[in-house]
Amino acid sequence: MSKDDSLGESLRKQGISRRAFMKFCAATASVLALPPGMATVMAAALSRARRPSVIYLSYQECTGCGESLTRSFSPTLESLIFNAMSLDYYETLQAAAGTAAEAARKTAMKENWGKYLLVVDGAVPVGNDGVYCTIAGESAVDILTEAAKGAAAVVSVGTCAAFGGIPHANPNPTGAVAVSQIVRDKPVVNVSGCPPVPEVITGVLAHYLTFGSIPELDHLGRPKVFFGETIHDRCYRRPFYDQGKFAKTFDDEGARNGWCLYELGCKGPVTYNACATVKWNQGTSYPIESGHGCLGCSEPDFWDKGSFYQALSTGTWSGATVLGVAAVAGAAIGVGAAVVSRRRQAHLDNEKQPKEKQP
Amino acid sequence: MNLLDFARGPALEWSFAIFLFGVLWRLLGILLLRRVHDYSEPRAHRAALGALQAIVRRTWPRKEFRARTTYGLAISYVFHVGLAIVVFGFVPHILLIRSLLGVSWPGLPGAVIYFSAVVTLAALVMALIRRLTHPVLKLLSNFDDYFSWAVTIAPLVTGLLAVAHYGGRYENLLAVHILSVELLFIWFPFGKLMHAVLFVLARGQTGVVYGRRGAST
Repeated sequence: MSKDDSLGESLRKQGISRRAFMKFCAATASVLALPPGMATVMAAALSRARRPSVIYLSYQECTGCGESLTRSFSPTLESLIFNAMSLDYYETLQAAAGTAAEAARKTAMKENWGKYLLVVDGAVPVGNDGVYCTIAGESAVDILTEAAKGAAAVVSVGTCAAFGGIPHANPNPTGAVAVSQIVRDKPVVNVSGCPPVPEVITGVLAHYLTFGSIPELDHLGRPKVFFGETIHDRCYRRPFYDQGKFAKTFDDEGARNGWCLYELGCKGPVTYNACATVKWNQGTSYPIESGHGCLGCSEPDFWDKGSFYQALSTGTWSGATVLGVAAVAGAAIGVGAAVVSRRRQAHLDNEKQPKEKQP
Repeated sequence: MNLLDFARGPALEWSFAIFLFGVLWRLLGILLLRRVHDYSEPRAHRAALGALQAIVRRTWPRKEFRARTTYGLAISYVFHVGLAIVVFGFVPHILLIRSLLGVSWPGLPGAVIYFSAVVTLAALVMALIRRLTHPVLKLLSNFDDYFSWAVTIAPLVTGLLAVAHYGGRYENLLAVHILSVELLFIWFPFGKLMHAVLFVLARGQTGVVYGRRGAST
C-alpha cells in the first residue's frame, strides 16, 4: 500500500467493499449528528482524501486510551485508523524501536510539515524542566512543542491530555499539565474521557478528513456533537430520578430494578459525554447500564472532586476543623455577650437601688 | 476549581461555619441572659404547660383577629409548608442532610417537589405584594424583611432553573443554586430568618409569663 494512495484506493486494496465503506460513513455521519445526505458527501470526501500522516505521542498515561481506540467496535473503523491513515509514529503499536522509531517520527514530520495530524494522549509534566517524562533523551514538553509547530491540528485524546487528568491530580508532583497549556497557536480538540469512547476519537478524525477542519467545540475544547449533553439527560435511568426511585446500595432491590444511581454517587448530571448514546463495546452498554454510577471522567479535575460514591448534592469538606472552630467561637461570643449583659444589668441595679431608698 | 467545585467545597463549608457561629452566638446570648425576677405571687403553677400551649396554639390565629389575619396567614402557611416539602422532600437535599447529620428519610417524586416549588414561589410573591401594599406592614418593614425574602426566594428560583436547565449549563445553574442556599445560611442567624429558631423561645417565654399569671395563652 502506497502512502500516496487515496483512502478509497487503500480500502479497495484491503478488500473492504464499497458497501461496507458506505455503512461506515452512514454510521459516522449519524454519530456526528449530521443530516443523512452527508453520508454520501463524507464517502466522496474520504474516498478522495490522501492518507494523512498521523503522529501519535504518548506521555503521562496508562495506555487506556490506546486500548479504547483499538477496541473501536467495527473492523472498518479499526481499518480506517490503522490503515487508511498513515500512522507514522505510535509507541504502543509501532514495530520500530529506539533511534529507528525517533527517525520515523522526524521523517514524517519533515515530509508532512504543516499537514500532519498530531494526536497526543497523556499529560505533559513541566516540573523540573520536564525531567519526569523523557523519550530518547528529550523531554515530553520539548518533543510536543517541536511536533506541534508542524501540525495542522492537535487532538488531545483522553482526560490526561485534555485536562491533565490523574497526573495533574492533587498534589501533582510532576507539574503535569494539559496539552492545550503547551500548544497555544494550533487548534486543539479535546477528546476527553478516561478513556474516551472509541467512536468519539474516530468520529473526530473522520470529521477532520471529511471537512478539513475540526468540529465545533464547547468552552472546554470538546466537540459539541459528542459532548453537548450530559449523561444524566440521555440516561435510560432518568425516569427513575424523576420518580424519586434510587438504588441505595449496589445490590439492593433498587439496583436490581435498574433505578437511578444518584444516591450512590453518579456524576451523570454534570458530566458531558456520549457514553449514554454511543455506548461501549459494540454499543452493548455503558457504566451506568452495567450498574455503576458515572465517575465524571470526561470533566476536568474529576479525580479531585471528592469521593466517587458521594452524591453530587453533598459537599466536599476539608474536615471538621472549620466547623468545630466556628461552633466554639460562636458559643464563646454568645456566652461573652450574655456575661457582659448580666454585668451591665447588675451594674444598673446597683446604681438604681440607692436612689430608690431616697425619700 | 470551577464554580460548582467552589459552591460544593469551600463556599459550603464556610457558609455552614458562619451559620453555626451565628446561631450559637445568638442562641446562647439570649438563653444566658439574666431572668427578670417576678416578685408577684403566681396565680397558677403551670409555667411549663403555658409555654407549650403558647408554642402550639399560636400557630393558629385567635378568633378575634381571624378576619384581619387569615389572608396573610394562609400565604405564610402555603410557603412554609411548600418550603418544607421542597427542602425536606427532595432526595438530593435529603442526601446533603444525611451527609451532615446522619439521618435520612424517604424522598418524594420530582413532580411533587416541582409543583410545591412553583406554589411556594407564587405564595412568596404574594407575600411580598402584601408587604408592599399593606398600609401598616409597609411601614413596619425594613431592609431585613426584604433581604430575608430575597434570600428565601432565590434558592427556589435557581433550583427551578437548574431543574429546567434554563439559562445556562446545568453545572453552572446548580452552582448558582447551591450558592444561593449558602447566602441564606450566612444571612440566617443575623436577620429575621432566625425566627425559625427563636419563635420557640419567644412564644415559650410569653407562655411562661401568661401561665404564671393564670392568663389564657
